[in-house]
Amino acid sequence: MIGQITPLIGYLLVAALVFSIGLAGALTRRNAILVLIGIELMLNAANLNLIALWRYGPHPELLTGMIFAIFSIAVAAAEAAVGLGLVIQVHRHARTTDLDAINRMKG
Amino acid sequence: MSLIFYLLAVLTVAGGLAAVLLKNTVHCALALTVAFAGLALLFLNLDAQFAGFAQILVYIGAVAILVVFAILLTKGSETPQGGVFSRSWLVGIAAAAAVFAVLGWAVVASAPRLLGAAAPAASANSTTAANPAPAVTVEQIGRALAGRYVLPLEIVAVLLTVALIGAVIVAMHEKEEAK
Repeated sequence: MIGQITPLIGYLLVAALVFSIGLAGALTRRNAILVLIGIELMLNAANLNLIALWRYGPHPELLTGMIFAIFSIAVAAAEAAVGLGLVIQVHRHARTTDLDAINRMKG
Repeated sequence: MSLIFYLLAVLTVAGGLAAVLLKNTVHCALALTVAFAGLALLFLNLDAQFAGFAQILVYIGAVAILVVFAILLTKGSETPQGGVFSRSWLVGIAAAAAVFAVLGWAVVASAPRLLGAAAPAASANSTTAANPAPAVTVEQIGRALAGRYVLPLEIVAVLLTVALIGAVIVAMHEKEEAK
């Protein structure tokens, strides 16, 4: 197996790398919008895993992974809309999107 | 492994890295678009045409635009004093590296079993021959969505409606003091 990377392993490794990049971005950036970008990258890495395992899985004709990824894309779009609305409202309230500066629960 | 896969993987990972590392927030949003495009091309490379074009429509067409609007509405493109990274950035990097180590170890350790599940009667060298592209048409996806998966489809429809109304209500400017 060493030196021989099959397509499925390659896709899974790329997805793991993108997930880790998104996690690093979500944990280290100060801007709330950049944290949301990191979360979007993590969701996309999960979608890549679903599609890759659907493609190289035992029963691709059942479409399970593909349908799961399509629903995941729809839910991620809803999450992005609500999250960015929340960021805009927090900015209006606290006058900043710096997460290190927003440290009070009671406005 | 084909050359196209390596090119798309490098494009996707470079876009993701730029999206989390660049200083200007608008540049980050544009790099995020590149990462989304790379992922969509990877989906197309995996013979998932419908998911690939849905990715382009939803992510590049809607989510990236939403991110840019949010950046402009919050004046987020100005680089704050004290750098763009949090005070606890070292912990974040360490956590992400640990997660990648665990994920990578899990994938590499389970490689023989994954291969066995994918191609039971074929060797590793003939994966393309052992895994012919599944002939999936949009009609089949539509029939699956309207038949077997109709309940999740309805729930997603309700979820999208609720999210739309909720996002508008959350972001709506309330002037209760003025009343």
